[in-house]
Amino acid sequence: MSLRRFLAVLTARNLEFVRDRSTLIWNIAFPIMLIVGFALIFGNANPVFKVGILSELDAYVSQPQITRSEQVGTVPYASQEQALAALRRHQIHLVLDVDQRLYWINETSREGQVLEELLAWQDPEYRRRLIGGFEVRYVDWAMPGVLAMNIMFACLFGVGYVLVRYRKNGVLKRLHATPLSTLEFLGAHMASRLLLVMAVSACLLAGAIWALDIVMIGSYLNLAVVGLLGTLCLISLGLLIAARSRSEELTGGLINFSTWPMIFLSGAWFSIEGAPYWLQLLAELLPLTHMVEAARMIMLDAASLAEVSYHLSVLVVMTVLFLSLGVLLFNWESDHR
Amino acid sequence: MEPVIKVESLTKRFRDLTAVDQVSFSVPEGVCFGLLGPNGAGKTTTIEILEGIQRPTSGHVLYFGRAMQARELYQDIGIQFQHTALQDRLTVRETLRLFQAFYDHPLPLEDLIALCALEDIITRDTRRLSGGQRQRLLLALALVNDPRLVFMDEPTTGLDPQARRHFWALVEAIRARGKTILLTTHYMEEAEHLCDQIAIMDRGRIIARGAPEALLREHFSGVMVRMDDARVPADLLARHAGWHQDGQLCFQTEQVETLVTELIAAGVSLHHLQVQAPNLNDLFLQLTGNALRA
Repeated sequence: MSLRRFLAVLTARNLEFVRDRSTLIWNIAFPIMLIVGFALIFGNANPVFKVGILSELDAYVSQPQITRSEQVGTVPYASQEQALAALRRHQIHLVLDVDQRLYWINETSREGQVLEELLAWQDPEYRRRLIGGFEVRYVDWAMPGVLAMNIMFACLFGVGYVLVRYRKNGVLKRLHATPLSTLEFLGAHMASRLLLVMAVSACLLAGAIWALDIVMIGSYLNLAVVGLLGTLCLISLGLLIAARSRSEELTGGLINFSTWPMIFLSGAWFSIEGAPYWLQLLAELLPLTHMVEAARMIMLDAASLAEVSYHLSVLVVMTVLFLSLGVLLFNWESDHR
Repeated sequence: MEPVIKVESLTKRFRDLTAVDQVSFSVPEGVCFGLLGPNGAGKTTTIEILEGIQRPTSGHVLYFGRAMQARELYQDIGIQFQHTALQDRLTVRETLRLFQAFYDHPLPLEDLIALCALEDIITRDTRRLSGGQRQRLLLALALVNDPRLVFMDEPTTGLDPQARRHFWALVEAIRARGKTILLTTHYMEEAEHLCDQIAIMDRGRIIARGAPEALLREHFSGVMVRMDDARVPADLLARHAGWHQDGQLCFQTEQVETLVTELIAAGVSLHHLQVQAPNLNDLFLQLTGNALRA
């Protein structure tokens, strides 16, 4: 491994990318469009009162009057823990335990205070329990997924497509007829993409915090570790997909084939809790699932690296697997024999 | 002295096609060696085996007297491929710098620029080069490590005559620096102009080998006389070794005056009469019965 050769390829690839204005602009414009779209949709969400109802053992006990209002939706919960977690994140505004005649409100929720006043007036026998916690909107919940998905596209297309194009037109063949080694070449391409993706993602995160006031209560360092491992894993996957192919169409198909399940099953847009078991099992096999989940735990729950260590180790194992297969299968030959 | 490259019974088979069939030759130091033949003769396959790009089905190649792995070989040789794309959005200078970084002992940039006449295009994006400029850059890339042995696969295919002449001058300058050059071409005049030694290939085999003048002396005597095809008495045709071909009447003779006098006496039209020294095209025709360029 020669650092000189590695740096030369890295520099050349960076220059190529930065000078390719249309691709560069797209790489920055697309995620900004996503964030702006989110801001428009979720910036002024209408307040709707939501009350969580804990299991009713005694069916004869009548529910308090506020649950009958059309302005109030009820969400049944099986466990107190789940209900309180939702209350903490402002996904619901009040939790009622009809059997125990107890209610919980979040001290930071204005909707909760309105509901509490109604409840105290209509059903004064309910006793109060207070919990803390800040509001987590859908946009806060979805943002780790948006960032991770943007990274996924940048990695798979940015690495996969470029390598196949290089192979098809003979750039790879020319480079291979020099002392440049596979490791130096691929290492430089991965490093170039890693730098780019991390820089763009950092800007996006900053933009999302500034424009949408996204919740980020965890450590930025921890988030960077998750971003780094996830990006490496997705770059390795892109490399594996493009390891042999000489056809941009086939590679495009393979990339789509791997991105679509990740978009829907990784939990980037919606949680797949409650989905069939085999679907959840499939989701476990997708790198994006682990990246999104770990990032979400850090951003919303201030998780430590130890708490997300399961996701991190899966990402590392996948990276090693994809990378070694990709390097092993890598083919320099072009169409022109 | 040890030959720079020595090829022993090289064979390459692709499924049912034998692209290279028992090819042997060697190239001494400082020589410009040409592999000639029509498209599909096996030239590119042969040169790519020598470049370490393809593996032979059987046979050996020795470089500087020993077998070498491709990775080790690439510090010492330079390659100009027939088809090469360069990385997009780099200038000529940046492309040269990129390739310089691959080698332990690269030539200085100024030397490469002067050697391959790149002064005028040094800051240009490589996508905006003309065919001749592009070939000059590719040649510079082949020379970037100051190699002892340079491979060129069809270096002037697709160039206009002026660009081709210019490229020939560059190749001669490189040969003057003592480099050994192995090139393939299907232009016979290119081989006559540049090569000290040639090997003519047809259908995967070498059918003639030697210095161009020696080969011509060996296979021809006299000159080639051609004119529009016409009926000629059979004894005249036999006496002057004549034949009909591609709408032309051809003779290979040492007595042009006698031939012409006899043709006039026989009432044959001398329309489009040409008298030429035999060239490698004629040699190829004589060896294979096929014209080199269809």
